[in-house]
Amino acid sequence: MTMIHVKTTVNGDPHEFLCDPRETMLDVLRDRLSLTGTKEGCGTGDCGSCSIILDGNVICSCLMLASEAEDKKIETVEGMADGEELHPLQEKFLQHAALQCGVCTPGILVAAKVLLARNPDPTESEIRYWLAGNLCRCTGYDKIVRAVMDAAAVLRSV
Amino acid sequence: MEYVSPTTLEDAIQLAEEANGSVRYLAGGTDVLVQLRSGMYKPDLVIDLKRIDGMLDVTRMESGGWKLGAAVPGITIGEIEQLRKDWPGIVEATELIGSTQIQGRASLVGNLCNASPAADSVPAIAAAGATVTIASSNGSREASVAEIVTGPGKTSLNKGEIVVAINLPPRVSSGADAYLRFIPRTEMDIAVVGCAINLTLDDNIIADAAVVLGAVAPTIVKVSAATDQIRGTELDDKALENLSAACRAACKPINDKRGTVEFRTDVAGVLAKRTAKIAYQRARLIE
Repeated sequence: MTMIHVKTTVNGDPHEFLCDPRETMLDVLRDRLSLTGTKEGCGTGDCGSCSIILDGNVICSCLMLASEAEDKKIETVEGMADGEELHPLQEKFLQHAALQCGVCTPGILVAAKVLLARNPDPTESEIRYWLAGNLCRCTGYDKIVRAVMDAAAVLRSV
Repeated sequence: MEYVSPTTLEDAIQLAEEANGSVRYLAGGTDVLVQLRSGMYKPDLVIDLKRIDGMLDVTRMESGGWKLGAAVPGITIGEIEQLRKDWPGIVEATELIGSTQIQGRASLVGNLCNASPAADSVPAIAAAGATVTIASSNGSREASVAEIVTGPGKTSLNKGEIVVAINLPPRVSSGADAYLRFIPRTEMDIAVVGCAINLTLDDNIIADAAVVLGAVAPTIVKVSAATDQIRGTELDDKALENLSAACRAACKPINDKRGTVEFRTDVAGVLAKRTAKIAYQRARLIE
């Protein structure tokens, strides 16, 4: 088995790694780069807990080979806070208690970040459709949607 | 398994031709990765097409037609206003595929070559009369969408043949398309029945139409008998009933947990009527 050498950018930092061609981006983030904020739920692209941002689009990292990351820009939940300062989405998730067990939360945060970059003033319905691929086992969707709307208002006022 | 990401089409074709063992092509990968991980396919070589020029490009041709590269993701397709204006049915069918995350990667060529009978975009591109460009060491050829899929998971493509683009014809004036599918929920599901209709009007009379059903047979079904029922009409109630009956008659669905044969057949008739009304209304607004 030939290992593949990949150079990529994760949360603004250059990274290099060797990977098996069968390894997914999710595997590499968690097991080789120790970025364990990104979670594995279903492993088949249904649950969204492994969501990352790839060149501006939100995608499932379980459906991406790590080899595909060459020369790409990847953002994960670890890149959302600015040092000690949480991203407004993170602040609002805490304030609204928009999480229970928390496994879906990193995926929802990065998916919501991309939504707000594209649409700073989404309706409730637009948020629900955008996040339809992020499943919450604890069924806390109302608080999540309210937190996203509240964070959107904060970001609009900045 | 080996992974390669050639930067030219010639290299990709050569790699595919010279491969010992099985080859899978990688566009968005939203089906391929699931198949790899489940062990459904164990390819010896995965050829990533995304670094080849043109694979991520959307081009409006001088004719008014469109060329969509093999790896253009759904999210890009949904962002192009003129494409939505020309082919609203294709755009809405594309946007029904999976979640936001899937839209960030999944492509129309991938949806076609995955060869699922329930693929949402395939009835829509077939109804549009789209063709695909297939590259190989013998040069490139064009084929109709319907020629590609021969059965569930099976295509007519030969070793070393790569579908590089989908070509949509120019939108003729006073025409429009629409796509509807039935699923038991509103998002994140696979079509129980899909229906695409593309039609053109001449003074409110349907001059021509294409009616294509998905998920009711091993491949998409182009229902010529349904076209005959609505051509020359203003889509009155009688024409709609006849359209519905022709679509029901064309169904050869499977019985599974998503729907019984009776249910799928009935729903195909209902969806055909609703889809035709939407396409007709859109075309009238343009006219």
